[in-house]
Amino acid sequence: MTKQVQQLDRVIIRFAGDSGDGMQLTGDRFTAGTAEFGNDLSTLPNFPAEIRAPAGTLPGVSSFQLHFADHDILTPGDAPNVLVAMNPAALKANLGDLPRGADIIANTDEFTKRNLQKVGYATSPLEDDSLSEWRVHAVPLTSLTVKALEDFDLSKKDAERSKNMFALGLLSWLYHRPTEHTIKFLEQKFAKKPDIAKANIAAFQAGWNFGETTEGFSVSYEVKPARLAPGVYRNISGNQALAYGLIAASVQSKLPLFLGSYPITPASDILHELSKHKRFGIRTFQAEDEIAGVGAALGAAFGGALGVTTTSGPGVALKAETVGLAVTTELPLIVVDVQRAGPSTGMPTKTEQTDLLMAMYGRNGESPVPIVAPMSPSDCFDAAIEAARIAVKYRTPVMLLSDGYLANGSEPWRLPEIADLPDISQEFTTAPNGEEGTFLPFKRDTETLARPWAIPGTPGLEHRIGGIEKADGTGNISYDPANHDLMVRTRAAKIAGIDVPDLEVDDPDGDARVLVIGWGSTYGPIAAAVRRIRKGGGKVAQTHLRHLNPLPANTGEILKRYDKVLLPEINLGQLALLLRARYLVDVISYNRVRGLPFKAEELAGVIQDVINSDQ
Amino acid sequence: MTSEPLFASGKTSVNGKGLSLVPKTDVKQSLKDFKSDQEVRWCPGCGDYAILAAVQSFLPELGLKRENIVFVSGIGCSSRFPYYLNTYGFHSIHGRAPAIATGLAASRPDLSVWVITGDGDALSIGGNHLIHALRRNVNLNILLFNNRIYGLTKGQYSPTSEVGKITKSTPMGSLDKPFNPISLAIGAEASFVARTIDSDRKHLQSVLREATAHRGTSLVEIYQNCNIFNDNAFEQLKDPEVRDDITVRLEHGQPIASASKAVVRAASGGLEVVARDSVSDDRILVHDAHNPDPSVAFALSRLDEPAFEHVPIGIFRQVSRPAYDTLMAEQLDEAATRTGAGDLSELLLGGDTWRIG
Ligand SMILES: Cc1ncc(C[n+]2csc(CCOP(=O)(O)OP(=O)(O)O)c2C)c(N)n1
Ligand code: SF4
Ligand SMILES: [Mg+2]
Repeated sequence: MTKQVQQLDRVIIRFAGDSGDGMQLTGDRFTAGTAEFGNDLSTLPNFPAEIRAPAGTLPGVSSFQLHFADHDILTPGDAPNVLVAMNPAALKANLGDLPRGADIIANTDEFTKRNLQKVGYATSPLEDDSLSEWRVHAVPLTSLTVKALEDFDLSKKDAERSKNMFALGLLSWLYHRPTEHTIKFLEQKFAKKPDIAKANIAAFQAGWNFGETTEGFSVSYEVKPARLAPGVYRNISGNQALAYGLIAASVQSKLPLFLGSYPITPASDILHELSKHKRFGIRTFQAEDEIAGVGAALGAAFGGALGVTTTSGPGVALKAETVGLAVTTELPLIVVDVQRAGPSTGMPTKTEQTDLLMAMYGRNGESPVPIVAPMSPSDCFDAAIEAARIAVKYRTPVMLLSDGYLANGSEPWRLPEIADLPDISQEFTTAPNGEEGTFLPFKRDTETLARPWAIPGTPGLEHRIGGIEKADGTGNISYDPANHDLMVRTRAAKIAGIDVPDLEVDDPDGDARVLVIGWGSTYGPIAAAVRRIRKGGGKVAQTHLRHLNPLPANTGEILKRYDKVLLPEINLGQLALLLRARYLVDVISYNRVRGLPFKAEELAGVIQDVINSDQ
Repeated sequence: MTSEPLFASGKTSVNGKGLSLVPKTDVKQSLKDFKSDQEVRWCPGCGDYAILAAVQSFLPELGLKRENIVFVSGIGCSSRFPYYLNTYGFHSIHGRAPAIATGLAASRPDLSVWVITGDGDALSIGGNHLIHALRRNVNLNILLFNNRIYGLTKGQYSPTSEVGKITKSTPMGSLDKPFNPISLAIGAEASFVARTIDSDRKHLQSVLREATAHRGTSLVEIYQNCNIFNDNAFEQLKDPEVRDDITVRLEHGQPIASASKAVVRAASGGLEVVARDSVSDDRILVHDAHNPDPSVAFALSRLDEPAFEHVPIGIFRQVSRPAYDTLMAEQLDEAATRTGAGDLSELLLGGDTWRIG
């Protein structure tokens, strides 16, 4: 039977199953194959916080969405074209996101009475006509896998475990994905258990062959490679890019990296990643709590290291006092906040942009801190270097605001040329700067207002710093009213004067009357929405903030240029509050806090409404 | 920045003496070299003065480069200490000095790092950091100034105050059982635990000598008189009339006994203090600070319970265990030896890559 091949420009697939079904791994492998093939792509893992929620239940559903295309794309996609549902819970949990006409590949073996009951299906949706609006492919994935592995000396249970690889094989056939990498990957992953490796490979190939031979799938699809800028690419998640950015920052600043951290979702992977790279002289210290993590990083910074601490919102709350100490002792420090849904424990695996005001103001006293926010997974690399540049140059703690969406999402990353990375090194102070060979630890650089960084081991510059207010210049304890006023203003002026690049506006025709502004991880969905508007002939300008403190110098001027300014945020209007207060501009907020990124279509609708209201 | 080898991952692996990685000076030092230009601001008569003088006159003995010595403190009267020493110093925030010092000492084995803390600083707000520093065994000398009161906040009871302590915050007497810092430290796997007293400079310095020679974390509890809010808390240990009767001196290898009393093993399995002339010499416990089993040291730490009748002074425990900073440096060295020093370009190219164009 010859099968039809249809060309598509883009596809969104969602793999969904029980937490124990290996959906994240399946998604990762499909992504690797897609990256290798040369499509542009973007991913969105979505998993429960529980390590093993009760099997077969709605809370236990784990999914992985992948958007790939023959052109450059900006988001993991709004709505899947294909849903792989490994059980009834996965179907039920995801059906609401599925547009009419989409394909559903359902594992019929799991649609048992018991499993159906667990999620409240009275009858199997595969057998009644409740799914008539979708194209359902009922495939007994589990039993086909077991059958394919008959010749292996495996228990039924072990054989069933490979069903995700069978599904991966089927989808790989359906979308013409290369297979070599997955086979190599499985060989490596199970190098110590060659039997398991062989079984998984066999299941994967059986899935592929099933697609080829079954009549259930008459069409397969091709998505041509994307025409991306020339270069060497790899697929990278935000957390990995951030970790690599910190390593690069260490190399480019010629400072040894010291990470003090306490495990917390979704930041732990940065600790894990950095712990693997000790050969760069990186010290990773798993502390007894977040306070000790940042304390140790600050202590290391006093000693001349690039001090870094990584955490999520609850951890930032604990670190506040130490960050204040870094503000007043004016030592470089990088505080990475991979934001997650709050308040309190909130929803640890879900994303949010709700820590902006905490980063900005969440400390006692006037304690200004620069804030940098990456706008895509790969941008976490550059943002980490930028945070380090500011920390080292201005001797200040810097907040780096990533979030769960960036952290776990991934995209192809064009590798930078090492030679093009900025040199962010600064000199330690090694000579006295005061009269008669004295050292004044708070005598500032007249341009940057940074104080000297003289590290222990430097003869003649012995000095004491601390959290008590310091006299300008000498750094001695001072309760003098005028001195305190001066120091408060000077610390504020130092941060306000940080050299951040001007904002750039994307407005192809230059005649848009509506501006959409965003910050951090919403860049992709906003840009995708803007494209939709423009495709439909609408006019809209876009700009995006990577620096939230200080704001780029031209921010106010840009905001005032437009009739309407729209600001979508995954919080209740935190940046809007800052922009309104600072620039007296009537920013229109659009806010959703669902633990999920915005959808492009949703934002396109919001932008269109604002454009319409401007007429 | 300078590419001096002070950042090298610690080429030498040292399990030897406490400060062997810290550069020595050939300049002769005196007490004066360690005095800063800052006016000391404790209350007149405070025990902190005596400790400061003892430390200042002890430091020259170490012969270290002054610039390689760092004092880190928390918050409290005692934590003002670093300002008065002409070394590097970091007066940090309440309770966090052990954490800050850990980051410094773990990344800079060429420094002699000291932590100055109080009973509130170390045992209330910073209790967690203290116990973890002790078990980790980074090369630190922790001096815990125990005045059994919150001095700086003007006299509330502290986690070492005796039950029933009447203070501003406990007008009817405190209710909670105090910590015994020595018992706590031994329970927290500390490798060096000692107690001394502000008024006995010779003893204080002898303990510091051993503490600095110890590689790893040393905890030295210093009984310190707060003459404003808890005067005479340790008077029995100072009063010539009774002090010899109360003090139980611990010296490694020596029988634990004074003219009037002796420590022996009790029938219950623990230790007890008996009249010296009621036992033969061979029943008197010989102090073994190096005993890997901490149970005897722990039992010694309980001798002052409940009534402060017999107070052991000296080194309870001094055992050799690899220091955290050494182990950390060894891992970096091993990683570099195994796979070569880090190369950024190689790192970035490390995953599955593909080329376009
Ligand atoms: C976060 C925080 N909480 C409370 C305080 C107030 N405070 C300062 S010192 C102190 C207690 C100090 O007692 P101790 O450590 O015994 O030191 P001492 O003054 O007795 O030497 C307290 C409660 C503070 N500075 N910071
Ligand atoms: S209050 Fe007590 S501990 Fe503090 S300086 Fe005065 S006497 Fe010393
Ligand atoms: Mg005290």
